[in-house]
Amino acid sequence: MADEMKDMVLEYVIDEYVDEDDDEEVGYDTPLISSGIVDSFSMVSLKVFLEKKYKISLPDNEATPEAFDTVNSICELVKKFQG
Amino acid sequence: MAYTDKAREQYQEQIEEIKSKGLYKEKRFICSPQDAAITVEYPEGAPKAEVLNFCANNYLGLSSHPEVVKAAHEGLDKRGYGMSSVRFICGTQDIHRELQDRMSKFLGMEDTLLFPSCMDANSGVFEAILEEQDVIIADRLIHASLVDGIRLCSAQYDTFKHMDMKHLKKKLELHSDKRHVLVVTDGVFSMDGDLAPLDEMCNLCEQYGAMILVDDSHASGFIGKTGRGTHEHFNCIDKVDLITTTFGKGLGGASGGCVSGRRELIELCRQKARPYLFSNSMAPPIVNASIKVIDLISKSTELRDKLEWNAAYFRKGVEDAGLCVRPGNTPIVPVMLYNAKLANDMSRDMYAEGIYVIGFFFPVVPAGAARIRVQLSAAHTKEHIDKAVAAFTKVGEKYGILGLDKKGIIDKYGM
Repeated sequence: MADEMKDMVLEYVIDEYVDEDDDEEVGYDTPLISSGIVDSFSMVSLKVFLEKKYKISLPDNEATPEAFDTVNSICELVKKFQG
Repeated sequence: MAYTDKAREQYQEQIEEIKSKGLYKEKRFICSPQDAAITVEYPEGAPKAEVLNFCANNYLGLSSHPEVVKAAHEGLDKRGYGMSSVRFICGTQDIHRELQDRMSKFLGMEDTLLFPSCMDANSGVFEAILEEQDVIIADRLIHASLVDGIRLCSAQYDTFKHMDMKHLKKKLELHSDKRHVLVVTDGVFSMDGDLAPLDEMCNLCEQYGAMILVDDSHASGFIGKTGRGTHEHFNCIDKVDLITTTFGKGLGGASGGCVSGRRELIELCRQKARPYLFSNSMAPPIVNASIKVIDLISKSTELRDKLEWNAAYFRKGVEDAGLCVRPGNTPIVPVMLYNAKLANDMSRDMYAEGIYVIGFFFPVVPAGAARIRVQLSAAHTKEHIDKAVAAFTKVGEKYGILGLDKKGIIDKYGM
């Protein structure tokens, strides 16, 4: 289940943020925000996706650049709010 | 006095941190009117130097144009120095109305509202026309002032990959259940100088019933065959719903901005936009000079034609010299260096050669995309451009990057 979530989030991140002609390798532990793949403005798209997909509500003080920095940390955050 | 030693230390630490990251903005003083050739004191306290300016937004060379300066004097004499009021109390003169009308006509829009700056226009427009049940879909590389305006607004927002029409279409489908959808883009993106494909964007907006807002600050006055802007370039003037732009770049270079577009949207900005309601009016000399600018560029395309020629001539010069240049056809020509230190070092050496240009790096541009952004002006002569190309060639040779592509530069200097 957890791996399914990781794969789903990774697939979304690649589709949403990585250009087709970009040869950048993105994995579960690739820094997203601190490396500039996702910026603080476009992070909202990821938040909207997670809330819709996993039927959760992520408060702004939890959906921080640090929490969104890798696929692993994103999945931890989602699990916390799935209860 | 509550500015404690502890507070001072903490702020000093913040400043040191900025310096240690190489992000500190040094002071540079221009000791002459803004123009193609200027007198600069840099670093602070250093002897003044005569240099050629290739980093101003003075696209049409109007910042110190004699007719514009004369019109500013006339505005000062006839309507005074300042308004001492926001627009809606007692801060609107007949010349403010005239400039609004002239801008509507120039841009091909229904109505226009002046703001103290385009930053203020972008801060105010979204909250004035959108609410919680609406959504903004923005290009990911829009100007910081649009990002701030979007964040100040209660509407939902989403983003699409830079100029990726397939991705925009996907987002328009995703948000088709919202009441109003507003697509937001720059006309010309300031860091890369690329043009948003407005014709395709307008067609998509039409298909999905979305509105479109374009910030044309780096286009007004010179993009399009008569300089109306990006919407003229793509032949979609009647399809754009809102344009925000500035009088602080091509259109004279002083200050002030506006929102121009559909009548009802402008009226709502007049009623609700906070920077319009709570910040002073554009000063009369600037308003009068801006009217003169619209006069000058409406009568003749000479300046934008010269700018177009200058940009193409410079671009060819540095490309032929073997520098790595981002493709494009605007007066913004990014010389790509990828490495931040290289961009910084080269811009310092360019200054020593008498060419004033600045290196840009993360977070102003994406990490690993450092560059020297060159901005052409109609005020540049062919000799100015030849001198800039020669300096780039000399400095590029010193760093061994002539003839290298992206991979070659990164292999040599890293990202």
